[in-house]
Amino acid sequence: MARFPDRALAALFLCLLAPAAASAADPSPERMRELVRMVRQDCGSCHGLTLKGGLGPPLLPETLREKPAESLRYTVLLGRPGTPMPPWNAFMNEAEADWIVRQLIQGFPEETR
Amino acid sequence: MKSLLTVLAALLLSACASPVLRGTGDLGIVIERATGSVAVVDSSAKSILGRVEGLGDLSHASAVYSRDGRYAYVFGRDGGLTKVDILERRIAKRIIQAGNSIGGAVSQDGRLVAAQNYQPGGVKVFDAETLELLADIPAAFEAGNGVRQFSKVVGLADVPGNKFAYALFDAGEIWIADLSQPREPKVTKFRNIGNQPYDGLVTPNGRHYIAGLFGEDGLALVDLWKPEQGAKKILANYGKGTEKLPVFKMPHLRGWAVAGGRAYLPAIGKHEVLVVDTTTWQEVGRIPVKGQPVFVMARPDGRQVWVNFAFPDYGQVQVIDTLEQKVVQTLAPGKAVLHMEFTPRGEHVWISARDDNRVVVYDTASFARLAELPVQNPSGIFFTSRAARIGF
Ligand code: HEC
Repeated sequence: MARFPDRALAALFLCLLAPAAASAADPSPERMRELVRMVRQDCGSCHGLTLKGGLGPPLLPETLREKPAESLRYTVLLGRPGTPMPPWNAFMNEAEADWIVRQLIQGFPEETR
Repeated sequence: MKSLLTVLAALLLSACASPVLRGTGDLGIVIERATGSVAVVDSSAKSILGRVEGLGDLSHASAVYSRDGRYAYVFGRDGGLTKVDILERRIAKRIIQAGNSIGGAVSQDGRLVAAQNYQPGGVKVFDAETLELLADIPAAFEAGNGVRQFSKVVGLADVPGNKFAYALFDAGEIWIADLSQPREPKVTKFRNIGNQPYDGLVTPNGRHYIAGLFGEDGLALVDLWKPEQGAKKILANYGKGTEKLPVFKMPHLRGWAVAGGRAYLPAIGKHEVLVVDTTTWQEVGRIPVKGQPVFVMARPDGRQVWVNFAFPDYGQVQVIDTLEQKVVQTLAPGKAVLHMEFTPRGEHVWISARDDNRVVVYDTASFARLAELPVQNPSGIFFTSRAARIGF
């Protein structure tokens, strides 16, 4: 399957290993809306639409605040092997994953319709 | 104020709706997950009869039916259990029974409703009439470090003998709870059945309970006619020698496909449907499909098996012809297809396309699109014919 090319993965690893780059600009408002929908709906199938948890743990400020944002970003991009948490790097870049993690830690926005 | 108005409106509506006498055999509900409501639908008229609101968080909600087909029991993510009168289109009873729940089943005699819960992990059994709690069965197990924990419960199915079979995701166990005496459940435990069972099903005849495994290849099988034989592993090496693809949504086994002596099951991390002989439980084939299968469902006559997919391939649905053992049709019902339900004898299938806010009805012989119903973020579709099936 061409959807998860190894080379892209390797490149991703490299940039993840690089010293923490200044966090890139926030996604565009339109992309933000897409990401919010994706988190609520597609992450929601395991973490709950309200992010209070399901098969996956809750993604609420109370449960994430103490955890290093860096490692949460890794989890979102690369998944956690051996658990159902899949890698999302084919669908978002590092800056977008970073934005999602920051929103999760602050209290994730509702979908606007 | 707003809720007062809705209550008034609902009262008015149900007042107008009540006098017509009718059966429920061709009725059903569609979960509207964003608005916490269900649409009551008529599968003969292919229409929406009305809505029932106030069911709480319905993401991932599922429903089963009272044996008279009048009441739907809707299990919500917020732990809500709502008994909906689909004839009068109103909530007959609603309780919050857990922190986080994913589904349930009705007992063989119709008197019990069991709920499977993630949080607190376990099964609760209620009186189907009153929703009074009759039994609470925590899914306690000893974790590797010797600490007592509670497991998330998955794959709850009703099985003959007023029993419920289910699997413990965190413990890797299958439990069968005998509720012939509802207040004194007797639990039989099958340990070490495999790593991370994620869902389960019972065969249409009620004989075999199967739990799918996420943490390893294969599925765990218990012959309920010979429970003393224990659980055995089937399809243990289906992924051998190949790399797993990521799974962006867990497949569901319930709803499930047995046709012509074969069972059709979703592979995990492979874009394939696995075909198993139901007498030997050996793999007899694999059918390549578009994406990670989520629901693999046989048309009631068994001639076709319909498959939908996980993100990002969830705009499509594929149809397998069981004689030819291959995909014969690919349809694009809309964005984010979450569920499919056949009419009781299978001439039509209803498909929910969440992001297009519609339910699409297809003819299963010609694949013609027969109707589109507007529904806000539809997810599960549940027809009353489930009331008569073992496993639900
Ligand atoms: C198929 C199920 C599934 C989906 C879909 C899923 N997750 Fe997860 N996620 C999990 C599981 C299970 C865990 C717990 C892993 C473990 O046991 O360490 C997890 C863990 C996490 C964690 C770490 C939480 C912590 O407390 O350490 C984050 C953050 C997370 N997921 C974010 C996301 C985001 C963002 C998405 C969508 C882009 C997503 N997940 C989609 C199953 C899923």
